Parts: sequence; structure tokens; C-alpha cells
Amino acid sequence: MTRFVLTRLLLLPLLMVVFSVTVFAIVQAPPGDFLTTYVATLASSGSSITAEQVEALRREYGLDQPVWVQYLKWMQNILRGNLGISLEYQRPNAELIGERLTLTVVLALLAFVLTWAIAIPAGIYSAIHPRSTLDYIFTVLNYIGVATPNFMLALVLMWGAFAYFGVSVTGLFSADYVEAPWSWPRVLDLLAHVWLPAVVLGVAGTARLTRIMRANLLDELHKPYVTTARAKGLSEWRLVLRYPARLALNPLVSTIGWYLPLLFSGSLIVATVMNLPNIGPLLLRALINQDMYLAGAILLIYCFLTVVGTLVSDILLAWLDPRIRLEDG
Amino acid sequence: MAPLLEVRDLKVYFHLAEGVVRAVDGASFDVEPGQVVGIVGESGCGKSVMMRAILQIVEPPGHVVGGSMLFRADVAEPVDLARLSARGAAMRAIRGGEIGLIPQEPMASFSPVHTVGDQVIEALLLHQRKWRPQGSVLSRAEARQMTAELFRDVGISMPGERIDAYPWQLSGGLRQRAMIAMALAGRPRLLIADEPTTAIDVTTQAQVLNLLRDLQRRHGTAIIFITHDLGVIAQIAHYVVVMYLGRVVEQGPVDAIFHAPKHPYTQALLTSIPSLLAPPQSLLPTIAGSIPHPLSRPAGCAFHPRCRDVIAGICDRHTPALSLVAPAQSASCFLYHREQDRDHGSALSEESGAGRREEDRDHGSALSEESGAGHREEDRDHGSALSEESGAGRRDEAAP
Amino acid sequence: MADASLLSATPTAEERISVASNWRLVWWRFRTHRLAMASALLLLVLYAVVLCPEFWSTQDPEATDARLAFIPVQRIRLFDGGALRPWVPAVTGARNPVTRRMEWRLDESRKIPVHFFVAGHPYRLFGLVPMRVHLLGTEPETAARVHLLGTDRLGRDQWSRLAYGTRTSMTVGLTAVALSIVLGVLLGGISGYVGGLVDLVIQRVIELLQSLPTIPIWLALTAALPRDWTPIQVFFAITVILSLVGWTTLGREVRGRFLALREEDYVLAAELAGASRRRIIGRHMVPNFLSHIIATSTLAIPTMIINETALSFLGLGIRPPAISWGVLLQEAQNIQTLALAPWLLIPGAVVIISVLAFNLVGDGLRDAADPYSH
Repeated sequence: MTRFVLTRLLLLPLLMVVFSVTVFAIVQAPPGDFLTTYVATLASSGSSITAEQVEALRREYGLDQPVWVQYLKWMQNILRGNLGISLEYQRPNAELIGERLTLTVVLALLAFVLTWAIAIPAGIYSAIHPRSTLDYIFTVLNYIGVATPNFMLALVLMWGAFAYFGVSVTGLFSADYVEAPWSWPRVLDLLAHVWLPAVVLGVAGTARLTRIMRANLLDELHKPYVTTARAKGLSEWRLVLRYPARLALNPLVSTIGWYLPLLFSGSLIVATVMNLPNIGPLLLRALINQDMYLAGAILLIYCFLTVVGTLVSDILLAWLDPRIRLEDG
Repeated sequence: MAPLLEVRDLKVYFHLAEGVVRAVDGASFDVEPGQVVGIVGESGCGKSVMMRAILQIVEPPGHVVGGSMLFRADVAEPVDLARLSARGAAMRAIRGGEIGLIPQEPMASFSPVHTVGDQVIEALLLHQRKWRPQGSVLSRAEARQMTAELFRDVGISMPGERIDAYPWQLSGGLRQRAMIAMALAGRPRLLIADEPTTAIDVTTQAQVLNLLRDLQRRHGTAIIFITHDLGVIAQIAHYVVVMYLGRVVEQGPVDAIFHAPKHPYTQALLTSIPSLLAPPQSLLPTIAGSIPHPLSRPAGCAFHPRCRDVIAGICDRHTPALSLVAPAQSASCFLYHREQDRDHGSALSEESGAGRREEDRDHGSALSEESGAGHREEDRDHGSALSEESGAGRRDEAAP
Repeated sequence: MADASLLSATPTAEERISVASNWRLVWWRFRTHRLAMASALLLLVLYAVVLCPEFWSTQDPEATDARLAFIPVQRIRLFDGGALRPWVPAVTGARNPVTRRMEWRLDESRKIPVHFFVAGHPYRLFGLVPMRVHLLGTEPETAARVHLLGTDRLGRDQWSRLAYGTRTSMTVGLTAVALSIVLGVLLGGISGYVGGLVDLVIQRVIELLQSLPTIPIWLALTAALPRDWTPIQVFFAITVILSLVGWTTLGREVRGRFLALREEDYVLAAELAGASRRRIIGRHMVPNFLSHIIATSTLAIPTMIINETALSFLGLGIRPPAISWGVLLQEAQNIQTLALAPWLLIPGAVVIISVLAFNLVGDGLRDAADPYSH
């Protein structure tokens, strides 16, 4: 298994290089650059800028260099830890991203935990009591959950809270705590606000996971080792949890590899709708305004999170299943 | 000595959308303490279902719908397993603790993600009261030690290392031994071996049989040995129960069954074993026809469409009861008696009376040798309206 | 359960099944899923709208009239007094003294009669045939308009816009999946059948594409589309972008099947009998997993629809003046607006229902097509 993990770890930098090229190409793809947008914005607001000033700015930002030079410069900076300056905000990207990265990760992890905490027990129950009333209810909820886009759910919940309860559920903190330094009450306030986005984010994944768990467990429940366990005299719930549930979980662990990254990038839409300080909305603005260093940096971070997520799930799977772990040597 | 297990008229039915499948339809047999009872039959005869019923692990939509299974453990009071709730504590204590299971495929019957040691230790800890009736709780280290002992007992070499092996790392023979060790972990009085030799090669088979014989001798465990292989039965069983389509068609001591089988089905089974001594180019004898579909059982005796000695008008209308045909040997066949199974025969008892007497006149009354054996008192319970006469057997050959 | 009933089938029924082609078997099994059948029916209705949204609309979807903003839903009633005379309640407007905006309320007392198959605003059927007939509408002479789903902030009729939006959204979904299928089968098939270096390269490409974070990359790609492209160009670009990552799952599966099938005995038998490679693929391998492809693709369409809706909702997919469900939902972003006009969320309900229908049909197809699922 160590060999397996090592190979994956070594491939990581190679993957990131390929990603960086891709990302840079995409970010450069729109015609024009930040300055064209900047000039247009200036023009629409009434001010103007001379051609020489534009050229000067262009040289200053290095936008006059050939593309591959720009790319190399960018990579150089990234490897030194310099994520560049946001052309729009005129602040270091690392700062902008850093402010929001924690929340992005917290939101995704919370959604992940919620998903598994709900889906696994629900799936187990459904498999043990197929065609029961609760199973039917779960099935209906699952189908609707998969069919509902998460931003739609967010909209409906927000509207409902506002229209019927007069409560605004946007934002992460209550007014008192927005600017306050970190403290336990602030953390609690954060949790009180972030559970709703986490739920919205995780609904579709929960629905899908429940169905898969149910199907997997149903397959396992009729296998011979379950009969043996029962014949040993184990109580029903203990044997279900210890044996078939454990085996049914294994393939599910491999879904973490794409689920976790999906949560990172999916939080983008929910955060935009619910007005959360997430790196998603930041990316959106950056893309629209062609703030390419910022956009590039955020895209790279997403790529990194995705690859790490996949790696984590592969490691988890190998660790959980001795058949994979031991046969690798 | 009272039997360890008395199964009487056990019925296990499966209620499917297409109809009711009578997997076990009134089976009765005894298991004496320390005895090896072999249950033989073709696939679909209900032997596996019966095994599950004894342990109350029949999977829905199957249910035990009738009969009794009296089990005598330590206590003087027999317990009717059929009355116990499948998930209750009493049944769970018996499972593994009093009755152990050696399942069919050791590879699929072990969990692939737990070590064999872990799985055996679990069984040990569950039934630790059997090892330490008043003692303190078994610690994990002690359980591990005992597991190593158990492994040694069943002939697993290097037991200390094997404890940490995963099932798929062991050879077929070792796996089967580990499975036997796990079944013995609860010190059961009765072991149910469900085709333990089917999935392994002949050499390993011999080793496993030796092991079982040895264990049985040393610990005095009774074994119910389920198989379709008559050769294995001959090697290990003391008593044989032959099943067909959910019913016991014949039972008796192994010698009697092999040397003097009474039921046509048993006879056909024995003749169909290929023999090294048969002349070359001779055809393999088979049993005509095939096993009927469980949803379309033949009327009357279930075997009659394939029976070489079928008596028209009787075997296709009435179901014979299991009755004594020799000392300690019973068969359910109209060749030897006229006892009908009350559940299946009683509805027709009116016509049967008239019908029988007619045929009596036509065929005369050639008495077969076995008919001389009197009926024991208990058999009157199985009897029907006509039980008074002794079994006046008739043969096809006597028909004009 | 359908298979179990074969146990007691009559000989002729058994014969019927044994000689029926695979497709008939699939159809028979699919028929037993009532939910899937109902969903399939619903999808047919939706595609009827897709074929000719103009016919289903009541107004020109792009006609704006700021005075008619936020008219509430005028629910159609079929009976007036006891007779079948469909009508909608009229609306009365009052200017809000504080905000100085027109606010509309339903006036149940005044009834506007509604007729079927009336002449309304002109359009071209399939872009060719000029027509004027619409499913519903008021009498041509009256000035009263019927807004079955209300209007938005620019006074545009939501019902009509929904009809047009349905066409775009459903077509994008279908086209993206079709493109994915082509790419997936082609590349996956080549990869699996040819093997070697080609296989290696395609495998790496698939892995790379699957490791990319999809939503951010889509955003980036759609943001890269020039602002001055026509809606049609944007439409096709979106389709291509969506299918760029979508084909990888199918490609992997196809490759896996080809690899497995190469070892299957019946392929060997065909080769030994002298069948050409093309014949083996065409007659033996393809039918084997065609039903599987159809089932999984049907399940992929709703994902594409949701993705397109999300992208357009964020402003980076289909752009106004083109209409799609996502574009419609953009109007619902503002909570205050929603509180005033909750009917703006209705396109979302349509999204959910159509996705649900696709999922049910896809599940039914998958169960019917997979002979081992019983």
C-alpha cells in the first residue's frame, strides 16, 4: 500500500503542472484582457484614460508579453508562493483567497459530514426494512432530492424564511459578530448560520448516497457470511452493522473521491445565491472581469482540492479493504 | 436415553406471489446424543431449508408453519425450537452455543474483511458462559489464546499465525477447518454440517471427514450431516434420513439403509452410484424423470411419477405416512403399509376405502415379507381411517 | 416479478417470449413500471412543447411592458356557472403611493373569457410556415391579456417564456448527451478495441478530464465565450462545453465493455467462424450494450439540464435575450422580488418535475434493459 500511495503522491506535481497549463489557457482564452474591461468600465462611468496610460498599465502588469512568457512568470510566482495581485481589487490574491478559503473548506466538510450522517443510517434502515412505510418516504425524498438543483432549494428556503418568517438567512454571521474577533460565541454563531447552506449543498448527495447504500446493503444481506454470523448467535442489528454494512460501505468510500471535490466546487453556486464569503463568488467575479491572476489562482486551488480529495478516497479505500491493501504488497 | 433433537412433522412453507412452496412438508426424525445423522437428498429436497429451520434462520418469505423441534440441552426440560422467537435471546443463546453450523462454502461464509481469528474470537466471547459458567469475563487475550487452542484442535498448523490471516489467504482445507473451529467455539452439543465436503477436493474431503469423526468421538458432539453424496454418508453417518421434495421417505441405521433399502427412491439412489465393478460399456442407471417443480407437486406420494413400483390408484391419490418397516427403520411407501399421512391423505379417506377394497379383490393379497413387522403404538397417530389391517403390500407384478 | 410469472406461463406465452427480440422484451419489462410509464408520458408532453413552443404560448415572450410588471398568476377556470366556458379573473392595478409602482391584484368578479385555438401573435412553425394559431388566448379584439403564470419585472408573460425556455433547456440537455454518447462510444470503443498506445493515451486523457473540477472549469469556459456571439452560437458552445467532461464516464464504460467482450466466448466463436471485425462489433458487441447505453444516457440528460440551468442562472450560460429555464430563474435571485412575485419560482418547479421524470424513465429503462437486475 505504501507503494501505491507513493506513486500517487509523486504524480501529484505532474498533474498540477498539466492543470496549470490548462487553467492558464482557459483564463487567457477570452479576447482582450483585464484592461479592455477596465477601460470599458471607465468609459461607461464617464471617465476616460489615454492610450499611453493604457500602454503603461499594460507593460506594468506584463500583459504585453507573449502568452508563454506570461505563463512562465506566473508559474514562477506561484511556486514562490506569490499568487499575484488582483487587478480589480488591487490586493494580493493570497489575502483575498485566504479570507474565504476557510469557509469554503468548512462548508464543504460540514456538508460532507451531514450527508454521511444521514445517508448511511437511512440506507441501512431502508435495506433492512424494504418496502416499509419509512422506506417509501425515503425513496420519494431521494428522488426529489436528486432532481432539485441546489440553488433552487436555496432560493425556495430563503424565500420561505423571508416571506413567512421575515428572517433573512443570507450571510454567515449575525450583525454583531461579523467584524468581531474569533471567540466561542462567534463559532457558535457561525455554526448556526452555516448549517443551512451545508444542508442545501448536501441534499442531492445525501439522496444519491442513500440509494446506493440501500442497494449495496440489499445485495450483501443475502450472502452466506451473513447467515454464518446469524448462526453464531449474534443479535440482528449487531451483525448487520458489523458485517454486511461494513462491506457495503467499501464501494461507497470510493465515492468520496469525487464527492468531496464536488462539494468544493458546488458550493460556488449556493454561496452565490446565499451571499456567502466563499471563494466561489470570488471566482465568478474574477472570470467576468477577466481578473486573470485571481481566476487562475482560484482555479488552481480547485484543481488541487479535487486531486487531494481523490487521493484521500483512494487511500481510505485501500485502508478499509484488506484485500486491496495486502495484495498490493 | 432421550433424543437430543426430536423433529416432528416440521413444515416450512414459502409464500410467494406465484403460490406456496412447501419446502419442508412434514419431516420427522430424531438425533441421539453423540450420533451422526446423515440427511441425504437431491437438490431441492428441502434438506438445507430444514437445517435453517432448526436454527430458526429461515429467510423470509419462508416461515416455519407447523411441527415441533424438541431440543434437549443441559436442562431436563426440552425446548421446542419452533416456538422460540427467531430473534429472541433464548434462540440466540442456542445458536452457536448449543447448535453450531458448519456452512457450505467456507470462502463465502467468512467475512472477507475480518481475520479468521477475529471471527472465531467473536463466537468465543458470545458464548463465553459455556467455558466459564461462573467465571469472570473472558479477556481478549485469553480469547485469542483459546482460539489458538481451537485451531490446534482442528488440525490447523501454525495456529498462532493463522489467527491473523484473512479467509482468502488460507487454502480451502484450512478454511474449512477454521470454519469448524468457529462452529465449535460455543461448545455446542449438536453440529449441523451443511454439505461441508461439496466445495473441496477429495483428498481434503477425506481429511475433513476424519477430523469430524475425531471431534465427534472426543467431544461427544452429535452431528447432522447434510449432503447429496451417498459415499460420504457411508463413511461417517450412524443413521440416515432420506428426503424427497420436503418429506422424509426413509430413515434408518446406515447399514440397513445401504444394504436393505426399502423405499424405491432410496433403492434407485443406491443403484445409480457408478460402480468400479460394473461391466464395461454398461449404461449408468438413472432415476427416470426429473424433480417436479416445487409449485406443481404431484398428487399423492410425491415420488410416484418416477417410481418403478408405483401402484396406480393409490400412490397417485394418497400420501403415505412414515411408518416402521423394519426394526428401527421407517419408510413412507404404500408397498409396505397403508398408513396415510393424516394431513395429506385424510381428505380422500372416503374414496380410499372403497378404492382400496376394490383393488384388493383384483390383485389378491400377496403379503410382502416386511409387512409382518407390527406397528408400534406411536404409529397409530400417523394412521388413517384404515389402519387396522396390517400392511398388505401389493406389487405391480401381481396385477393381472 | 415479471420473470417469475413465467413459471406458470402457458406454453404459447413462453414461446412468445423466447422468440421476441431483445427490444420487445425490454419494452414489455418497461411497461410493468407504472411510474416510469407515467413519466415517459409526461416527457412526451414536454417534447410536444419543445417542438412548437409558439403554439403553446399566449403572448410574444419578449414583449415588454413596464406597466404590466408583476401581474400575479391568473389561474384558468374551466367552468363558468355550470357550462364549460373557460375564463380567467381580470386584474386591477393600483399605484402604490409609497413606492409609486403599479401593483396588481386579481379581481375575481370580472371574468375574461378564454378560448382555445385562437389567433394570436404571428410566428413561423419550425421557422418555415407562417401561422397565427395558439392553444389559448382571449378574443383577438379585446385588449385584455391572459397571463397564466403572471409576469416578471419587465411585464413579460411568464407562461410564454416558460414554453420557449423549455425548448432551449430540453434541447441543450438532449444535444449535450447525444454529443457525449458519440464521443464516448467512439473514443471508448477505439481505446478498448485497439488497445496499446492509443488506449493508454485516451485513458490518461479521460483521467485528466475527470480530475478537473467541473463547475469551475465550465464557468471559466463559458466566461471565455465572446460577448458578441449570437444565441445560436452560444447554444452550441454550451452544448460542447457540457459534453466535454460528460463523455468520459461513458467512454470508460464502453472501453471496459470492449475489453471484457474481447475475452468473451461468443466473440471468440464468431472469430473462429470467420466473422470480420466489423461484423463482430456491429452484430455482436454493440447490441449487447446498446440498451445499457440508452439507459445510462437517459439518466445523464437530467444532469445536463441541471448543469445548464445552473450556468445560465449564474449568467454564464445561455444569455438573454435567449430564454432557458436558468435565464428565467435569474429573475428570482432577489429575495425581495420573490416575496413580491413568488410565481417567478415556477420554472424551478418545472425543472424539478422534468428531471424527476427523466430519472424515473431512466431507472425504468435500466431495470428493463439489464437482464441481470432481477
